[in-house]
Amino acid sequence: MVTKMPEGEAEPVSLVTIKEPVDLIRLSVDERIYVKMRHDRELRGRLHAFDQHLNMVLGEAEETITTIEVDEETFEEVYKTTKRTIPMLFVRGDGVILVSPPSTTS
Amino acid sequence: MVPTYCKFVIFNKIVRLTSKMLFYSFFKTLVGHEIIVELKNDICVTGRLHSVDQFLNIKLIEVCVSDPEKYPYMNYISESFIRGSVVRYVQLPVNSVDSQLLQDAARKEITIR
Repeated sequence: MVTKMPEGEAEPVSLVTIKEPVDLIRLSVDERIYVKMRHDRELRGRLHAFDQHLNMVLGEAEETITTIEVDEETFEEVYKTTKRTIPMLFVRGDGVILVSPPSTTS
Repeated sequence: MVPTYCKFVIFNKIVRLTSKMLFYSFFKTLVGHEIIVELKNDICVTGRLHSVDQFLNIKLIEVCVSDPEKYPYMNYISESFIRGSVVRYVQLPVNSVDSQLLQDAARKEITIR
């Protein structure tokens, strides 16, 4: 027979510590995260700090910018990505679309 | 004599007030350092951080623009006030950032809230 734990005592750690969405980001401090930004920009870097606006400081940030170029003759859409690395970067929160924790970051 | 519950309320207000200021405090520690501010219209402004305010408006001195051929009108500017909302990124000098302190402050700030 399976004995049931008293309610409230055997809650998994994840449920205890994640009460609101921002807690997911709090647990990602000092981890590499993925940030999707407006205007087809993406960032990967180590999260050092963030606030409620999702202003962030990322270490070793790699920015990927995706642009679509249309071929003049064939009208084919060519996706072009440009990458650059910035050792320490402050990101203003109003450009952030999503933040993904390290487990799902390639 | 202030009742205990009042003290608690006052304390909470102070904590909440200061806790919204993480990046403001952070930028104040960077005053005097060389930073690169990247604006939402892709202009990159390099300069020495003179001051910052609670909206993260930035005042730069010794300004130079990375691409002067593209933005010739920026050549004549030596000092500039940049509205916080037009900033996309700020590239920071890696040696003047204490990442451990920053991480602790970030964890604390969001817990207090």
